[in-house]
Amino acid sequence: MARRIDKTINGRLRKIAKDFSRALSSGYPYYRHSLPVRIMHWSNVVFLSILLMSGLNIFNAHPALYWSKSSYSGVPPILEIRDQENDKGKISGVTRILGHDFDTTGFLGTSRDPEGELTERGFPSWLTIPSLQWLAMARRWHFFFAWLLVANGIAFVTYSIVSRHLHHDLLPTRQDWRSIGRSIIDHLRFRFHKGEAAKRYNVLQKLAYLGVIFFLLPLMILMGLGMSPALDAFHPGWVDIFFGRQSIRTIHFVVALALVLFVIVHVFEVIVSGFWNNLRSMITGCYRVESEADHE
Amino acid sequence: MSNDDKLTRRGLITRLLASASVLVLGGCERLSETTWFPKILGLGEKATYKTQRLVVPRKAMAQEFPATELSPQFRSNGTFMPSSPTYRALAARGFTDYRLEVGGLVERPVTLTLPEIRKLPSRTQITRHDCVEGWSAIGKWKGARLSALLEAVRLKPNARYVVVYCADPMEDGGSLYYESIDLEDAFHPQTILAYELNGEPLPIKNGAPLRLRLERQLGYKMAKYVMRLEIVEDFSGIAGGKGGYWEDRGYEWYAGI
Repeated sequence: MARRIDKTINGRLRKIAKDFSRALSSGYPYYRHSLPVRIMHWSNVVFLSILLMSGLNIFNAHPALYWSKSSYSGVPPILEIRDQENDKGKISGVTRILGHDFDTTGFLGTSRDPEGELTERGFPSWLTIPSLQWLAMARRWHFFFAWLLVANGIAFVTYSIVSRHLHHDLLPTRQDWRSIGRSIIDHLRFRFHKGEAAKRYNVLQKLAYLGVIFFLLPLMILMGLGMSPALDAFHPGWVDIFFGRQSIRTIHFVVALALVLFVIVHVFEVIVSGFWNNLRSMITGCYRVESEADHE
Repeated sequence: MSNDDKLTRRGLITRLLASASVLVLGGCERLSETTWFPKILGLGEKATYKTQRLVVPRKAMAQEFPATELSPQFRSNGTFMPSSPTYRALAARGFTDYRLEVGGLVERPVTLTLPEIRKLPSRTQITRHDCVEGWSAIGKWKGARLSALLEAVRLKPNARYVVVYCADPMEDGGSLYYESIDLEDAFHPQTILAYELNGEPLPIKNGAPLRLRLERQLGYKMAKYVMRLEIVEDFSGIAGGKGGYWEDRGYEWYAGI
């Protein structure tokens, strides 16, 4: 058994190594990502991971979401994570979404703590910073890295405009718009450009990046600020544009979920469209363009 | 390229990725336990304080709501019945023996009964209470304006903070709840010592007979069961030195976010 697993792992590793060496040896190198973009990209990976995990710890202090101005408006929460104990003393986790109960024992509501004990908590300890339920510390992590995220965002937008990265690489061209149908089909068939076209982002990629940079992340930050009682006083009632303070908290959570979905799709695309070549180009800047002869 | 070369490079990348995730997960854990790292993280909240004070005008008002938005039940959090015998005795006689002491850096220290507090200029407001845990509730509060009280006792020039001492002993047994606010917040028109909630005398679970309302900050600043106000220049000598019960346990003194 152990030997068979060993063999499988070895096979996998050999395949990865083959892809890796192919990425190094064929075609010619092309400098695809500038140093500032690479630094800001990886900073974002760290900042967003910490913000997500400390955010889930903060959420655990009151694991329920509402669509209203307050939490106690006579309307039940739209999402609620809680634990339940049956008459035999066994605890289970229940997640209620729009009135429907789901058994989420082991993940939401109840999960194993670092000692392996089944305990009551919203999100499990391996997903939160700190792993203990520690609201004061989680807030420190969250607000510190929120500032870094904002700084990184301002730096990125400034750089992208000044260096024309935005213009050259991110804004879709007229031709991009025309090719949108074909790009969708290419994505569905997992067909990726390896030759000259891989030097540039495709139109769906551009739209996804622009959506994250100019819509999701600013909305995320605005909704974070909307939860601040001091900033709500900036112009009394502005939070009602977003249906009230508790709705703002819900949007903050939903946008976090949308960002997680983006990352899953993004990493998936990175893997299937040539993992080592993509990864290397985001670390060293250098992407190897396959010559058209190698390609099919 | 030789086979060995590839293996080392591959191994290196794998090891880098593995150690990165260990660093993130294990490292965060250990960093939280140190004394120096949370202090660095705390700079974020300090920056928030400075920025918010810069951006939000001194007299900016917290949002007020129509009566239709009132929460059917105003949630009680933390202490809902103080366990101290002194408080129990006061409550048993309907707070007729209650006295609020105001002292410290003032020209005229006073001791006020509840009827006297009710005679001070008052304010009624329907506001949203935001708890640090994440929930909100909307309630209608009536209380004495803290600004009127502070003007009556006349602050000394070196006065900087109002420390609020409460009647409720906390979980750890000995220490009583307390809080502190700066004068900018103390003189804000919506800062009141509330004695009514939703048109009724303030219930015990919400802080009877008197609780602080500080509408532009989170719930833990709004101390319940207020017994004494002390005007100070500096609160570092009081209890844990951080300006409040929860502040002494790691929460930020400025709770504007």
